[in-house]
Amino acid sequence: MRNKQLSTILLCVVFASMVACKGKPSDTQIQAKVTEQLSTMPEVTADVKDGVVTLAGNVADDATKASAEASVKSTEGVKSVVNNIMVTPSAPPPPPATDSTAVVNTADDALRTGVTNISKDFPGADIKVDAGVITVTGQLSAAKWKTLKQALDALNPKKVDASGLTVK
Amino acid sequence: MSLQDKYKELIDTARSAGTGNLQVNEQEGVLHISGDAPSGAVKDNLWNIYGKIDPNFLSGDVVMDIKVATAVEGAKLEVVTQSSNLNVRKGPGVDQPIIGKAAHAEIVTLISKHSDEWWLIRTKAGEEGYAHSQYLKPVE
Repeated sequence: MRNKQLSTILLCVVFASMVACKGKPSDTQIQAKVTEQLSTMPEVTADVKDGVVTLAGNVADDATKASAEASVKSTEGVKSVVNNIMVTPSAPPPPPATDSTAVVNTADDALRTGVTNISKDFPGADIKVDAGVITVTGQLSAAKWKTLKQALDALNPKKVDASGLTVK
Repeated sequence: MSLQDKYKELIDTARSAGTGNLQVNEQEGVLHISGDAPSGAVKDNLWNIYGKIDPNFLSGDVVMDIKVATAVEGAKLEVVTQSSNLNVRKGPGVDQPIIGKAAHAEIVTLISKHSDEWWLIRTKAGEEGYAHSQYLKPVE
């Protein structure tokens, strides 16, 4: 119990310092946050230099590798992720390093993660991500669509294409 | 008509309402507008103007990411779900176990922001966990 309280306090302090330095998190701050993100994957190690995170280690499957990258990518201050994690026994070729610009988030993985978080509350809509563009089809009430559009825009996609959506 | 002209009222209002870090730029036929509104009311107003110029936001020529500057640590937030309870989770992600609920329209406290999407909050019942920021609106 005491440990839990201590760690909660520690967590708060870490978060507080991060928010305070929101302007541009230092590598040390990013490292701390990334390490925390990866706490459930002890076999994965992360190195931060100039906002670029390099992941290394050995994992059992592609899903773990992808989820490690996804969880790190969404961390504030992370410019790009170099995923050097090895998958054993079947090691696929490492995906190319992704990079994103300040305005447009072209990393579909991060967009997909964001969309997954949001879409469960909008059962009438079908949401797809391709090359930085979010496409919404289906049928929604005007109020629900406004909420959804706000949430999708906050993911910084290239475009939100709703030409196939029916607003009731 | 250029996009900046089409959405002139929106951009002018964002500027005059004191939106911080306001950025407006056009990329591949889409106008990207982002910034920190001084209050939730300003954000709502900007979305209303956007909806007036482009009814139901169907043109797809704008991506507007307006955050509310008052959403800082210790701020009071209203749960703005449609009607249901808001899930409070152990960690930031829909795959994380639900450890509590915040009622619709309940006022909760912002402890910290894990990301733009996931905020650590404390409910009225004292439960602490992560909730999706889309359902949390700063109370003025």
